[in-house]
Amino acid sequence: MPHFHHQFTFTFHKLLISVCMALMIFPSTGNAEYGDVVINNYSDAAGMRPVIFPHWFHRVRFRCKVCHADLGFKFQAGGNKINMLKIIDGEYCGACHNGEIAWSVENCDLCHSAKPGTPTQVHESTLQKLIIGGKKDKKEAQ
Amino acid sequence: MNKLLTTASFNKFCLLIFFLGLALVSGVHISDSLAADPNAFNRLMKPKSERNPPPAKDGIHDPQNETTFVLQPPREQFSTLPTGKSGNYVDWVKALEEGKISPRYDLTDPSVEPVVMDLNIVREVKGSMPNVVYPHKQHTEWLDCSNCHPAIFIPQKGANNISMASIILGEKCGVCHGKVAFPIADCRRCHSSKKE
Ligand code: HEC
Ligand code: HEC
Ligand code: HEC
Ligand code: HEC
Ligand code: HEC
Ligand code: HEC
Repeated sequence: MPHFHHQFTFTFHKLLISVCMALMIFPSTGNAEYGDVVINNYSDAAGMRPVIFPHWFHRVRFRCKVCHADLGFKFQAGGNKINMLKIIDGEYCGACHNGEIAWSVENCDLCHSAKPGTPTQVHESTLQKLIIGGKKDKKEAQ
Repeated sequence: MNKLLTTASFNKFCLLIFFLGLALVSGVHISDSLAADPNAFNRLMKPKSERNPPPAKDGIHDPQNETTFVLQPPREQFSTLPTGKSGNYVDWVKALEEGKISPRYDLTDPSVEPVVMDLNIVREVKGSMPNVVYPHKQHTEWLDCSNCHPAIFIPQKGANNISMASIILGEKCGVCHGKVAFPIADCRRCHSSKKE
């Protein structure tokens, strides 16, 4: 575009436009419960709804230590590369959702409950509010 | 586009959209509030009635999924817990202290007690803000030493460079605060010690 003489203005515009676009695509779903984690590394591509993990629900039953030290969940949304094979072999969610401690994996829709296309993110997080909804989380996870 | 918009007006347009977007991202319900009563009491802040919505109305759960209605609405759980100022609007520290909840410290054995360490670390803050008191007690109620040491903090007083900027970006204390533990907006819970 020859109209923009200065390289600077041009890049500035491009930056602004991409930020605008990103904001339109990922508007804040400012209502979700604080700490809800959406996990969507593979779900969309596999034609399943993305997974929602509710921290508030689990933390009245277990201390953080059980999941984040004993079961080895890293502190990063999408960062654990969870898949169904690991789950049925008793890792991650499967350490509990096995019909012994909590209901078993055949209840697909209880976990796969997000609107299709919802990106990996921690809901209501400061980071999410500062940086365009979940995009950074997703990139980090890959 | 070249003819219709000069660089300057295009610039302004972009800025306008940018700030609109920013407002959206910071959880402000512009579209809702503009469509509704223009003189509503809360224009930019989320009113109390919209906190802790049931799954089908929280914007991320799919209301088309019948199972969404089987999930527990947060308010049902929170109704028995002490209230907090932000985040889940639950004071999780009190909930635990008052025995309102008794989360397991072990996957299967509910009788295992946590290894609690009572050691406060005071971090002096330059400027007007009160000093930060980091309490090991409330943390070790929930967490294991290995959750923080050594990946997030070297276990030595003053050995870690911590700033508010890094916390807001999700590092140091911000690994948990602002995501699952109480949010950054609750300044005084961390900045709790008056200066001499
Ligand atoms: C306890 C929770 C839970 C239940 C129940 C569950 N899933 Fe998953 N599932 C997950 C998580 C977490 C992931 C990883 C999500 C991601 O990164 O996209 C996943 C990923 C997947 C994937 C993509 C990755 C892969 O392994 O192929 C498919 C397909 C899938 N689930 C199908 C199912 C089906 C079908 C059922 C029911 C029989 C089911 N899931 C039940 C938690 C669950
Ligand atoms: C029942 C298991 C469980 C419990 C209990 C639990 N978490 Fe998590 N946590 C998870 C899962 C699952 C994820 C998402 C991991 C993924 O997407 O791979 C997660 C992610 C996180 C993250 C990463 C957020 C980010 O920045 O991406 C933080 C921080 C976190 N948890 C803190 C806590 C704290 C603090 C507690 C205790 C108050 C806690 N968790 C209790 C399972 C748990
Ligand atoms: C440390 C054990 C543990 C782990 C790990 C765990 N859960 Fe759970 N989860 C539970 C228990 C216990 C319940 C309550 C079961 C019941 O009501 O019978 C539950 C319930 C749930 C519910 C239903 C909440 C409601 O409203 O009733 C969802 C959704 C869920 N888990 C998702 C997940 C996902 C996704 C993962 C993995 C990312 C996971 N859980 C990992 C223990 C666990
Ligand atoms: C939530 C994170 C967190 C957890 C969990 C945690 N610590 Fe710390 N620890 C800190 C911070 C923050 C400091 C202060 C570091 C600084 O000032 O730079 C610290 C400092 C220390 C110090 C140095 C004290 C001094 O006077 O120099 C020791 C020793 C220590 N921790 C041991 C432990 C042990 C043992 C556990 C488990 C029982 C534990 N910590 C759990 C965050 C944590
Ligand atoms: C690994 C996760 C994690 C890290 C890192 C962490 N915290 Fe916490 N913190 C928690 C959890 C969980 C609680 C319990 C309260 C809650 O969940 O809201 C808590 C509670 C607290 C409390 C107790 C408030 C009260 O009401 O008694 C203070 C103060 C605090 N944190 C300050 C800090 C400071 C300062 C840092 C950094 C030096 C820090 N925390 C780092 C997870 C963490
Ligand atoms: C999770 C705990 C926590 C919360 C919540 C918190 N702070 Fe801080 N703050 C800290 C720590 C830790 C430091 C670093 C102290 C040091 O220098 O060792 C700090 C430093 C600061 C500083 C000094 C400048 C700097 O960047 O280091 C200011 C100013 C400040 N905080 C303001 C605030 C305000 C305003 C809020 C509320 C919006 C707030 N803080 C909430 C923990 C917290």
